[in-house]
Amino acid sequence: MADQARFAEEAMPYMSALYAAALRMTRNPTDAEDLVQETYLRAYRGFGGFREGTNLKAWLYKILTNTFINQYRAKKRRPDQVDLDDVEDFYIYRRLGGLEAADAARTAEAEVLEGIPDAEVKEALESIPEQFRMAVILADVEGFSYKEIADILDVPIGTVMSRIHRGRRALQKKLWDYAEQNNLRPRVETASGG
Amino acid sequence: MGEDCEGTIHRVYEYLDGELTVWRRRAITRHLDECPPCAEGFTFEIELRRVIVSKCHEEVPAELRDRIAKALQIDT
Repeated sequence: MADQARFAEEAMPYMSALYAAALRMTRNPTDAEDLVQETYLRAYRGFGGFREGTNLKAWLYKILTNTFINQYRAKKRRPDQVDLDDVEDFYIYRRLGGLEAADAARTAEAEVLEGIPDAEVKEALESIPEQFRMAVILADVEGFSYKEIADILDVPIGTVMSRIHRGRRALQKKLWDYAEQNNLRPRVETASGG
Repeated sequence: MGEDCEGTIHRVYEYLDGELTVWRRRAITRHLDECPPCAEGFTFEIELRRVIVSKCHEEVPAELRDRIAKALQIDT
């Protein structure tokens, strides 16, 4: 069947990206594998209805997120509550003294980020509330536009922006907490009065 | 119209995500050209995102790849 060969050829290259997203969503390798497999099976079955010329990657992510929401998240109906009132834009950069001391600690700032182990970054991303996390994964890790994310998650663009924004702030807070607890913050000469 | 530090920082994500109108984007670019602290803050955000993406990379287990390939063939 010609469709099958074409599906395999076009859809298989996205498996790494889908698997990484599935891991961050389910937080569990076994569930992530099942989620990716289920996504491919559903996509394959629906491939006939997929419109040529539309975005195959976005379409696969829509199936992935819908499957995740319907199957792996069935227990939880209540949206996550998260208090981000004290987390402003440039959260980490401000704490590194960035806005007060331009270019004083550029290298040190980059080192703080590089010094956080992979597992901790994944953990930080996985710890943020689910609806924010999905928006951040789609935007930052996969590079989808707000419009594409709105289509994938089936929510208005304004909601996408707010979720991405809140998710990124939550992520920055987590990463900063880790950096502080593990003394990764660079030495800054000037005491900040914040 | 120019943009101040507060307005610039407030739009950092829309700017980096390429989601601003041409005019707003230009106003912010102009501010960044004149304001090193804001410009470095933007650079830091870009770097942060790069680090997050590179550290969240995953290899697909070969067994999963095989399983899916097999399932797709069986499914015909």
